[in-house]
Amino acid sequence: MSATIQTLEPAAEQPTRLPPQMTSRLDGELLEVSMGPQHPSTHGVFRMNVALEGEIVRKLKPVFGYLHRNHEKIGENTSYLGSMPYTDRLDYFCSMTNNWAYALSVEKLAGIEVPERAEYLRVILAELTRLQNHASLLGFLLSDMGAWGTPLMYAFREREKILDLFESLSGSRMMCDYMRFGGCRVDAGVDWMKLAKKIVDFFPRFLDEFENLIVENEILIARTQEVGKLSAELAINAGITGPMLRACGVNYDIRKVDGYGFYPRFKFRVPLGEHGDTYDRLMMRVLEMRESIGILKQAFEQIPAGPVMNPKVKIRAFRPPVGEAYGRIEGPKGELGFYLISDGGTNPYRYRVRPPSFINLTVLEDLCLGHTVADVMVILGSVDIVMGEVDR
Amino acid sequence: MIGTGILKGMAVTARNFVGSYFEKDRLITVQYPEERTPLAENYRNFPFLIYDTDDAEAGLRCVACKICEKECPPQCIYIIKSEDKKPDYMGKPQFYPAVFDIDISVCMSCQICVEVCPFEAIKMDKVFELSRRERFDALLQRKRELSKSNTYYHSICPTEAAEVDAKLAEAAAKKKPTPPPAAGSAPAAEPTPAPVI
Repeated sequence: MSATIQTLEPAAEQPTRLPPQMTSRLDGELLEVSMGPQHPSTHGVFRMNVALEGEIVRKLKPVFGYLHRNHEKIGENTSYLGSMPYTDRLDYFCSMTNNWAYALSVEKLAGIEVPERAEYLRVILAELTRLQNHASLLGFLLSDMGAWGTPLMYAFREREKILDLFESLSGSRMMCDYMRFGGCRVDAGVDWMKLAKKIVDFFPRFLDEFENLIVENEILIARTQEVGKLSAELAINAGITGPMLRACGVNYDIRKVDGYGFYPRFKFRVPLGEHGDTYDRLMMRVLEMRESIGILKQAFEQIPAGPVMNPKVKIRAFRPPVGEAYGRIEGPKGELGFYLISDGGTNPYRYRVRPPSFINLTVLEDLCLGHTVADVMVILGSVDIVMGEVDR
Repeated sequence: MIGTGILKGMAVTARNFVGSYFEKDRLITVQYPEERTPLAENYRNFPFLIYDTDDAEAGLRCVACKICEKECPPQCIYIIKSEDKKPDYMGKPQFYPAVFDIDISVCMSCQICVEVCPFEAIKMDKVFELSRRERFDALLQRKRELSKSNTYYHSICPTEAAEVDAKLAEAAAKKKPTPPPAAGSAPAAEPTPAPVI
């Protein structure tokens, strides 16, 4: 796990990795810098061992594990219900989608039906989560770029409204613990729906303003275009998912591919990028937010009345049949999956999380090579990681 | 022309700055210790034990069945069952917790103890200013500090408390032909469907 400085070799031994326009300026001498773990723009406790030639990155080794807290082993030692609040702590920006992915895999394992209203509520909450995750990501990314404060505050202002919605529904802003196998814990009232509709109707105004703020900004374009290019081949081979994959032009959205939940009932487009650079990844989030608003509006129209919980499901002493299941959803960051093996007991025999941030982080070196140190922060920001999920 | 993008962005900043004086949507923060936004009714933070009547010892609904202790994901509840029995709200002799501790520093306010409790004895509180001056003893909440009256529960979650009271009164009516008056300060609640938990 720990990478030492000695493991980094000079770049002269690997000349093929140098972009052609870069020449060796310091007669092949590399300076090794340990960025992190306490770095303001690493989005958590994350360290990168960077070998620099002047200001150009020649090698990069991500080091993580500082936030490891035994999530999977805890999952194997608590009941199926007891893991639900722990999933909130994986990616603490999107606890609703984490809940959904876990509930989905347990429902697959035990063959549980979910009432219609609960499915719609899940779609609404997942898309609200996507809105607030993408909004805050854009804020963080611009903050990494040096636009301190302003965009982040605008993004957090909108996020705050959505978090208030989560709070009034589930009781907590970030640690929602809202979904259960076979439905949702509490029903959303009429007032909640009205408020949610109002917030969703107002959201495009924020997006318009935010686009005005960033899309044509010359500084932003200079900092992001052609920076951190990811080819479609590498993205597919490395298992990249989510907006980062779609920014390379690969049409793969689990909402369309798997059609889990009630997503086949909604009309929405999957935005695709062309260049796979940081600018595309950034714009991908803006476009996805627009599509999410469309899905939310359809969901508010279609949502039926009815129960939100399958009455047959026992919450306590829940024992799914022997077997295994993998439930996955399109989280805001990519494919989030839970793999469970049941031996018929109250605890899962094996509990495995497939975190999108962790797997998206594996190509960081390929994205950063040949760019400056300042670009590393921007590229890392555009990958959209949360260390709670990377380290688990 | 170069620079137009930046000027556009500045226009947005100016609109937000001026707008924050007039529009509530553009300035949603409050000056916290002096001003407070009202908490949502569903808001939850840290559990407490409910007692009926005025006696915190005798009126405690908890029967020390230890289900919450077993189900609590971070294992922050510690219960010792009593040796003797005392009559509960229906007059039936029941065990009671001799010791009931919850560690604030471990509890993650996940509400699972509330969901699994068959006796409606533990509910979520709304206090969030839980900081303590000492590290050790003050963080462990004992039975005495955890016990709060049903009146308090009605004051923090009126709808949910009314539902719970109606449910308990119904259960008491089923058990006994002549039910005692509904426990605590239950207001007359119309029969509502049981909460989905």
